[in-house]
Amino acid sequence: MDSEPALRANGIGVAFAGVWVLRDVSVDILPGEIHGLIGENGAGKSTLGKVFGGYYAASAGTLDVFGERASTWNPLTALSQGVAIMHQELQLVPALTVAENVFLGLEDQRWGVLRRTEAERLSALMEASGFQLDPNAIVSRLPIADQQKIEILRALAREARIIVMDEPTSSLSRDEVSQLHRAMRKLRDEGRSIIYVSHFLHDILEVSDRITVLRDGLHVKTAPAAGETRSSLVAAMLGGGKSETPFPPRARPATPEPILEVEDLQSEQGANGASLSVGRGEIVGLTGLVGSGRSEIARAIVGADPATGGEVRLKGEVYRKRSIRRSAALGMVMSPEDRRKQGLILTMRVSPNMTLPHLGRFAHLGVMRRRTERTRALSLIEHFRVRPADPNGNVATFSGGNQQKVLIGKWLMENPDIVILDEPSRGVDVGARERIHFAIAELAAGGTGVLLISSEIEEVLGLAHRAYLADGGRIVEEVIPEESSEADLLDLLFQHQSRRRGAA
Amino acid sequence: MIIKGFHIGRFLQTYAVLIMIVFLVIALSMLSENFLTPRNLLNILNQNAPLAIMASAMTLVIIAGGFDLSVAAIFSMGSVMSAWIAINVDPYVGLFVAPFIGLILGTMNGVVINALRVHSFLATIATSLIFKGVAIVISDGRLISVRLDTFTWLGRDKAGGVFIAVWIMAVFAMILTFTLTRTAFGRRVFAVGGNEEAAVLSGIRTDRVKTATFAIAGFAAGLASIIATSRVALGQAAAGQGMELQAIAAVILGGTSIYGGAGAVWRSLGGVFLLALISNGFNILNADPFYRDLTTGLVILAAIGISAGGKRR
Repeated sequence: MDSEPALRANGIGVAFAGVWVLRDVSVDILPGEIHGLIGENGAGKSTLGKVFGGYYAASAGTLDVFGERASTWNPLTALSQGVAIMHQELQLVPALTVAENVFLGLEDQRWGVLRRTEAERLSALMEASGFQLDPNAIVSRLPIADQQKIEILRALAREARIIVMDEPTSSLSRDEVSQLHRAMRKLRDEGRSIIYVSHFLHDILEVSDRITVLRDGLHVKTAPAAGETRSSLVAAMLGGGKSETPFPPRARPATPEPILEVEDLQSEQGANGASLSVGRGEIVGLTGLVGSGRSEIARAIVGADPATGGEVRLKGEVYRKRSIRRSAALGMVMSPEDRRKQGLILTMRVSPNMTLPHLGRFAHLGVMRRRTERTRALSLIEHFRVRPADPNGNVATFSGGNQQKVLIGKWLMENPDIVILDEPSRGVDVGARERIHFAIAELAAGGTGVLLISSEIEEVLGLAHRAYLADGGRIVEEVIPEESSEADLLDLLFQHQSRRRGAA
Repeated sequence: MIIKGFHIGRFLQTYAVLIMIVFLVIALSMLSENFLTPRNLLNILNQNAPLAIMASAMTLVIIAGGFDLSVAAIFSMGSVMSAWIAINVDPYVGLFVAPFIGLILGTMNGVVINALRVHSFLATIATSLIFKGVAIVISDGRLISVRLDTFTWLGRDKAGGVFIAVWIMAVFAMILTFTLTRTAFGRRVFAVGGNEEAAVLSGIRTDRVKTATFAIAGFAAGLASIIATSRVALGQAAAGQGMELQAIAAVILGGTSIYGGAGAVWRSLGGVFLLALISNGFNILNADPFYRDLTTGLVILAAIGISAGGKRR
């Protein structure tokens, strides 16, 4: 019976622009199983899911679908073979009704005229799946959980036998998650396969039959869920020793005088009672899982998002009515996490990008002093070794690492006292990463307080004097990096996550 | 294609509008000896000065990521107000006040866009109807004739052998060019249009920057309206019809990005005069005016094609 896998990956590899994000992954998905797919951020779990769904072409390896070699494999052929994918960002047409969305592209028609049989077809599907939705409701007005049900119904309408779910629970409440899990079990009992990609270990453990763990694009193991625990999965996700880049030595200030103190900070965007402090010359790490509110806490501190409660003190003085502008004037800056969307203006050159937050300092009666501007930009370019070393360079064409250096240089230009760096080394090459880490250590040595936000626990452990763990928009633990391991921290984060979601 | 470090594709893309102008000038000079005369060229500049002024200011609005469909209505308001004030108060006051009325109306555009958080395209459609409506009410639907030399000098007289209108256009375009390329405000305009979120996170008050671009566009429409009104000695609510689209077309034709973040004032002047040359060519050659729209459309398409072709390379 379970002789033939529904889906078999043979040595799948995926490369983007020459970088392998997935290497030689071989795994079988059996009919009638829920197959969990987990790994750290960037381990390749979503990528593998998208290869199954036909959204990414494999650069190496082959795929067998119900015993047959898939020669051309794209979303259309995948669907025709019974493989449907549910994206993290739902792909529904918001202005159409539930029924119209479910049957989008499968309309029952004659000579282009709809035959209006959708309501009946939908009620048959809903009965079979156990989901109840108003067929005439407009999708944009439904909660996310209902929209996800539509995605599932859509897959069923296409008679999918294999459904890839990419992070389906990230915006669901606890109740909605159990509802989804119930539906998944029902689908499995009908003999369908579900590939469940998620960073919620708790959810994966609860519903999966088998679990595949990926790390750095490699297949670590596939094992029955019954034999796994949270800590065994964390251990597999992290693997043994890694840390290929050395971190600069850190000289912890003896008794750092606090220059940034945050108490019970709240914002509608996601800070939910966060309290923390950063001292002069101190590097303080802040890490958490996806959706933990790391960035949202930082945004509420500097005034990028309006805070709805709590207090921020700068150098001992209460700082109210915060804005990016006032923060910068008071010596507190934030380098945002997404350098292309939030950080740089890609239509502008290097030097105007760097001076943008400080235009007042480079203008006399509103007219730019271009020579001063150029000189200052050039000195930062030299300092960070930006390549090409041209103040007039076109940042849009720079590598990720050089863009990041420009972005950090932009914020360090006026020698701030407090620097919040959100993901300063995400997606940059090893050389740039080292340069950035060195710059962070240098900043702290010069007396600046650094709040280092990173999803990479390793980075926080390697650089910070002290570190906070965030979950649900608040700080849940404070740790000393030199006395902690990556596994400890990840385990703590998952513990807090499941406790919070259990309580919700 | 690259020849000795010279990138032809990029050159075409950057200078498409100039290339088309040079081409048309050469062609028209060969076809008619009446074209390349100081008199004819000066006339083209003079006739198109109001549109050129509006297109220069529209450039800032579009670089900042907006669109202003209300400039024609502000123009019509300026026409009616300047004539009415000229008759009832004083001609000089009429000429002086209209640009500032435009400035106020433009500022209102900015305030509405920011307050309602709607796209400027929508907001200025609505405000343009309001402005136009007010202009009709003030003029009572009639023409306001101002046969006073103290009013008509602005549009008709020359200084140093060149029409005053052309001087005004040149100075205005230079001031805007300087503003855009040399001032902190100009930087902010490019930043807001290039990436609004990053501009906000850099501490730029993007609402103010956008409002300022609309205020400048309003001022320009007022300024353009007094030149045109004094020239014809007639204030009327119907003045300026269609000029908002001509101004936007000239800006885009010049190569300023409709997505914002990139562009230049000289490009928009190029766009205005490219369109003007086509129309002048028809007059000079006594060509069948039935083909004018068709030809204009083809030239615009060619210019867009050149600049898009350069982009792909």
